[in-house]
Amino acid sequence: MSARRWGQDAGWWLLILPAFLLMTAFYIAPIAQVLAISFTEPSPGLGNYERLFTSESVQRVIITTLRICTITTALALLLGYVLAYRIALASESARRWWILAVLVPLWISVLVRAFAWVTLLRRQGLVNNALMDTGIISEPLQLVWNEFGIIVGMVHYMVPYAVLPLLASMREIDPRLLAAARGLGAPRFTIFRRIFLPLSLPGLIAAGVLVFIFSLGFYITPAILGGGKTLMVAEWIGLQILDLIRWGLGTMMATVLVVAILATLAIFSRLVDLRRVFGSGA
Amino acid sequence: MLGTGHALALRGLTKRYGSFTAVDSVSLKVERGEFLTLLGPSGSGKTTILMCIAGFVAPTEGAVLLDGQDITPLPPERRDFGMVFQGYALFPHMTVAENVAFPLRVRKLGAADRDAKVRAALDLVQLSGFAERLPRQLSGGQQQRVALARALVFDPALLLLDEPLSALDKKLRAELQEELKVLHRRVGRTFVNVTHDQEEALSLSDRVAILNHGKLVQEGAPAHLYEHPRTRFVADFLGKSNFLHGEVRESVPGGFVIGAGPTRILQAVAENHRPAHGSRVLLSLRPEKIALLAEEDAADNVVMGRIAAWSYLGAGYTLVVETPDFGALRVALPTWQAPIAPSEGLAVRLGWSSTASVPVVEDAA
Repeated sequence: MSARRWGQDAGWWLLILPAFLLMTAFYIAPIAQVLAISFTEPSPGLGNYERLFTSESVQRVIITTLRICTITTALALLLGYVLAYRIALASESARRWWILAVLVPLWISVLVRAFAWVTLLRRQGLVNNALMDTGIISEPLQLVWNEFGIIVGMVHYMVPYAVLPLLASMREIDPRLLAAARGLGAPRFTIFRRIFLPLSLPGLIAAGVLVFIFSLGFYITPAILGGGKTLMVAEWIGLQILDLIRWGLGTMMATVLVVAILATLAIFSRLVDLRRVFGSGA
Repeated sequence: MLGTGHALALRGLTKRYGSFTAVDSVSLKVERGEFLTLLGPSGSGKTTILMCIAGFVAPTEGAVLLDGQDITPLPPERRDFGMVFQGYALFPHMTVAENVAFPLRVRKLGAADRDAKVRAALDLVQLSGFAERLPRQLSGGQQQRVALARALVFDPALLLLDEPLSALDKKLRAELQEELKVLHRRVGRTFVNVTHDQEEALSLSDRVAILNHGKLVQEGAPAHLYEHPRTRFVADFLGKSNFLHGEVRESVPGGFVIGAGPTRILQAVAENHRPAHGSRVLLSLRPEKIALLAEEDAADNVVMGRIAAWSYLGAGYTLVVETPDFGALRVALPTWQAPIAPSEGLAVRLGWSSTASVPVVEDAA
């Protein structure tokens, strides 16, 4: 870059300087500090990170988190896909109601929703009572305060986040392509499998990454629906820092979480080229 | 190659959307191997008719018959018609070869058979070297050819074309018109084309059906429609036309004379179409059938006028000549035959023969 260009660019950089300083002060600096603590507490070195390979409890938390997030992502994508498909093919007026129905849960506090699930799923909850009254089961099922409960709550929270990117990519698909496939003799399922599904793949990948990253940092839902028995990363970090005052270990896990999210995004940005490979349908 | 295609017939085809009648009792026959064009302005119902033939739109009344068999209730995927959609509707995530193979794959054809047919279809549209490209890597004209290959590869009973050339620029359109015509002769199938472009309709088709407000106005060979329009709409929509209003003043052998003001116009007519004395008639007169006469020239009909406007089009001139009794008349003449250099206000003598114009009827509103 020539000196003159640099001078021109400097003017533009100046314009974003306030935003940059704000970000540095309130966002980057605390993260840097978290990173620093993870290397210095309780003693300087890589001691905290060594736990990743030696401590069984640390490994268990990570594996539990990954398992729950993977299952949640898969279920949210499946439900989200069915919903988005239905909405994309609905009439204009019906579509508005569908979207509203999908978005309303987003406006309800995550705390309220978690407790609502507890009410539904606990031993004397609506679901268990209904199942026992109809005689399908004789003993109440353990539906909450375990992984099952966490997954139910998280999937419920995540479905709208899966629907929105899916819907966006499905609505980009030219309906004439589906008509053309039909005109060329393809039955419904073939049209879906060979035309619709591949063309909605970019949306599926975007929704998957979004939901997975969101799930990794889930705190309230697992805390309430897990009942303290099943620990996910976020709750575990809270426990280390707030209850056990083990700042080093807590910040180490926080750093791992941030790195995991960045890694997922990095992989995603490679995959996003798929949009080119498969065409955007526009 | 005639006879290898299938014959299509529409019987009283009607489509209503609420109180709006998009297609109004259209009956039409397409012979085996024929190239028929449905021509009309937008909103004339031509696309709706095509969609009824394809099976995407269910007619309110009437039937679609293929070789005499009623196929009205069949869904599009069971009709076995090839279709080229407006904008082509190529699958963007598939290569050219995969696009063309799609209808064969759906029909569960063996891989070897499929490859051979795809190759033959791409050869047919001269795209052999493009098999592995994606649609967006092709030009508009090439995409159009892929769409054609995809629509023809499975030997469809009928090829339907929905404004196949409308997305292309003028020069390319003319080129592809030629190709489409050659292709039709080579494959010898029945083609049904929809367009609003009258030039395309005239140059491509064996027969043209002209539609307006959902009704079939007139059908026939392009030359017949052009030379013998039945109604004012047909004369006006197919090419350009002047319209002369007048009253029948007298009958003469082989024709009649109309008067408008002091001017008398001689019009040839078939004996059985002679209009009643005193009735109002409307004549359609093509701009290219009017000549500019020199002083000494004579013609069946001579009208004086002044040039109100003119434009030079390279191959010819278009003049607008203001006349006392017929208003503005449009005159087209080849540049090399123009006896004068046009200029505004110039007084000219216009002449045409009694067979140049044709009586037409006003369209029912």
